[in-house]
Parts: sequence; structure tokens; C-alpha cells
Amino acid sequence: MTDQPFDVERIRKDFPILSRELPGGRSLTYLDSGNSSQKPRQVVEAMREHLEAHYANVGRALHTLGSEATEAYEDARDKVAAFVSAPSRDEIVFTKNASEALNLVAYSFGNPVNTDERFRLGPGDRIVISEMEHHSNIVPWQLLAQRTGAELRWFGVTDEGRLDISGLEELIDERTKIVSIALQSNVLGTINSTSPIVGRAREVGALVALDASQAVPHMPVDVTETGADFIAFTGHKMCGPTGIGVLWARAELLEAMPPFLGGGEMIELVTMESSTYAPAPAKFEAGTPPIVEAVGLGAACDYLSSIGMAAIKRHERELTAYALDALAEVPGLRLIGPRIPIARGATLSFTLKGIHPHDVGQILDDEFGIAVRVGHHCARPLHLRFGIPATTRASLYLYNTTDEIDALVRGLHHVQKVFG
Amino acid sequence: MIAESMYQELILEHYKNPQGKGLREPYDVEVHHVNPTCGDEVTLRVRLAGDKVEDVSYEGQGCSISQAAASVLHELAAGSDVRESLDRVDAFTELMQGRGKVEPDEDVLGDAVAFAGVAKFPARVKCALLSWMAFKDAVARSQG
Repeated sequence: MTDQPFDVERIRKDFPILSRELPGGRSLTYLDSGNSSQKPRQVVEAMREHLEAHYANVGRALHTLGSEATEAYEDARDKVAAFVSAPSRDEIVFTKNASEALNLVAYSFGNPVNTDERFRLGPGDRIVISEMEHHSNIVPWQLLAQRTGAELRWFGVTDEGRLDISGLEELIDERTKIVSIALQSNVLGTINSTSPIVGRAREVGALVALDASQAVPHMPVDVTETGADFIAFTGHKMCGPTGIGVLWARAELLEAMPPFLGGGEMIELVTMESSTYAPAPAKFEAGTPPIVEAVGLGAACDYLSSIGMAAIKRHERELTAYALDALAEVPGLRLIGPRIPIARGATLSFTLKGIHPHDVGQILDDEFGIAVRVGHHCARPLHLRFGIPATTRASLYLYNTTDEIDALVRGLHHVQKVFG
Repeated sequence: MIAESMYQELILEHYKNPQGKGLREPYDVEVHHVNPTCGDEVTLRVRLAGDKVEDVSYEGQGCSISQAAASVLHELAAGSDVRESLDRVDAFTELMQGRGKVEPDEDVLGDAVAFAGVAKFPARVKCALLSWMAFKDAVARSQG
């Protein structure tokens, strides 16, 4: 499968929305996949088919539809486990999104219900994150620090947009219990090397979490190869639906961790006084889960695998190299992030001298049907680091083409004409 | 195109050549307003003399809409009657929050009618209102 040449035109046909017409007869150039990706027919069809033929609640209904729905839901878990090479399907916990997955991990630290030494957290202990995180990998840790009195520290970011690990040994010290960083930045595109961080964390006995929301959709990710203990990602950025995210964690950690939400399906025995809990992953999936969304995510894994994640990564690297060259030709454009297509993904954030990103985004959409994201992209501290309030971000995916990058560059020249 | 009605020539003119920009002495009150969704900021000072607005000076950063709106505000408010300028703020607020359905009164609003098209873009309405709300706040405080 992965030996086939990468045929972007054929791939585009799988995404009906890409050929829709916008008001005023404009065609669509979708460069906002880092925000949310579009969905191929195969995913939409799998969800429709499930709703029309197999829908019922999972885990408890004994009738035919109930068992078909349960089978479909659990099949999706198998597919996700295989997609990220998880050693066991029971290490895949379905959540609402990546934010919930990260909150679940944070909740298990400094929690009196959790007696495992590795999760003990209080005054004098340390939590380490980085300045390039999405708010969803900052705020849960701030809340944890407030709850427990632990200290929150972070890696800085270099001018080039790389993680600054020069102070690694002092930062991740003996007091550190958890390190949580992005595998790929949602603004800079930077892909962080996990080995020095995991290596140092192991020396001091700290656990490591990765926010892989921007990585799993774009490259082969083998959870054990990263060396991390927890990995969070979300369905809607990888051709799947909204409303479903994933937490992968090593089985023995999931066993030690306390439930996050209490409710149906996560229990073993309940009395009025107390309860015992189901083993993971059910322990972390209280209430009726996003069933159809799981089916959709499973279909998204199948779809991406049929094209091949290595091939998708190659395609995106070619696009990135092309886009970096093309954007460098735009006068007054300042790229925020690595300027070379090495250890970086196809996320390109920039400022245009003297022109506010909101004006850039509005003209690109209005005149050319080009969808980009403008603002701080839920990474305000990173923007403060670079001394700017906001950027314009083009984020590419398997269905994007070099023609679309040319259209972006033409659009930017026009923006400069309007505001110049 | 759709946004053409938003980026009026007059707005772009004010954006490229802002009137009365820069913080000046003397002043009665200084206020600082921000738009948390896009990070636009304005610092604005007013100087009143009896019933007159003697000066409105400002400094800020933001998109063309927010910058041009501050420039137009300065032009209309500086040297005008306090009561009249507050009525104009109310008319401008009504226009901006009218989802494009409010017919602007040029006699009251003057050049500010150029922002009528912005009302059709909910995400941008706050940009246009930022400095006008700051002005209203500053006048209220200096009278308080």
C-alpha cells in the first residue's frame, strides 16, 4: 500500500468539502488542518453506516444491536491501538478530546486516592512543561500546581523556535514528578526530540507525558518508541470526528491511576458506601461514550493507514520545504518557527510587517477563499515569547498541494497591496 | 467581495494615516482597554474643558479596523461638545451591534458611517468599538 506513488489529486477526491464553492463563486483553499482536519468520505460513510444499521448503547445491552455496537466500539479501540503501535489495546482510553486526556493525567497526580509514590505531588515537588505548549498542556498543570502547592517550571524556546534544553539538568531535577511537552508545536511546527527529556526524566524518576495532537495525524508515531508514559491526541485533527480523543498510557500506570470521572460502566461493584472499579480502559470511560465518534476515528485510522503515514509525512515534508521557500520571498514576512524543513511539520506561522493577522485572514478568505487561522492559536505564552500578539497560521495536511501554497503567496501579496 | 463593504477606502485611509495618534499632556483621565479575543489594546486619554472635549489622544496596537476607529473617534470627538460626542458613541454602538440592519445617520455619525459594513462581521465588531468604549469610560470617569 505504501509503495504506491502519493497521488494528491486522488486523495482530494476523498474529501468532498475541498471541491465545494464558497459564496461569491470562490473555490476553497483549506490551510487550517492544524485547527481541525477535513473528513474523507470513508469516515463519514462508516459513521453513517453504523448509525443506520448497528446503533445501540455499548457494553450493557444484550440484544443484537447492543453487541454489534459494542463490537464496533471495541474494534475502533483495536484500530487506534494498532495505529500508534500500542503494546495492548487496554492501554487506549477514549476521552472527549486531547484536553480531557491531559486533564485526566494531571488529575492523577497529588491525588489522595492515588497512593503510588510516582504520583505523589505536593509542596517542594516540581511539574515541568514548555513555553511552546497549547493552553491545554499548560492550564491543567497550573491547576494541579494550585491544588497541590507543587512548583510549575518550563523549558524556554530558542529564537529559531526550538525547545531550549540547555538547562535540562537543572530544570528536570530530583524534585520533578512529571514532564509534559508537545511532540509537535501547533504554532512553530517544531517536532521535539523526546530522547534527551525522557532520558533525564528517567534519571530523576519523573514520568513523561506528550501532547501528540499535532503529531499523530502527520507522522508514524510508535508510542513505546517515544519513551513516554502518557500520550494524548485527538480524533478531529486526524480525519476523524470531533468529540473523541485518546489517552495512551502504559498499562501499569493506568492500573495505579484513580478514576477521573465516576459513573456508569467504570465500576465493578457499587454499594451505597463505596465502589470498586473496572480495570482500564473502562475505569476511565464513565457514562455512555462517544460510540459513533469512535467508529469514525477507527475509520480514520484505516484511511490514513491505507495511504501510509510514512507517505503522508513525506508529502508534508515536500510541501513544507516548498512553502518555506515561497514564504521567504514575501517581503516583510517573519516566520515564527524553524526556517528549515528538518524536525518540523507543515505548520507555518508568520507575521506581515505592519499588518494585523485579522486583516490578513479576512482578505485571504474574502478575496481568495483561503482559510487560515489568525490569533494566538491557544498558545499565548509562546506569542509573548516572540513579542507579538498574534500570527497568521497556515497548517497543511495530506490533501494540500503546492498550487495552494502559490495561492497563499499570491493572496499575501494582495493583502500587502490593500494595506501597504 | 463580501468584505469590500468592510474595508472602505476611508477606513484604510485612517489606518494608514491615523489622526491625533500619540499620548498627549495635559489630560484628565487615562484608560487602558483590551480585546482579549485578539489582543488589541488601546491606551486613551481625554482632556475636558467645561462642556467641550479639548483633546482625545491615544496609543494602541491592533488591526486596521481598531486603529482606524480610534483615528475617526479622535477626529469627531476632539473639539466637540461632550454631550454630542457621547450621543455619537451611542449611535456608533447601536450601528455596530445592529448586525448590518441599522441604517446609519450620517448627520450624527459623520465619517464613522464608513464602519457600517463592519457590523456584518460579528468577530470584528469589538475591534471597531474598542477605542469608542475606552472614550466613553474615560469621559465618565473624568466627570465622576
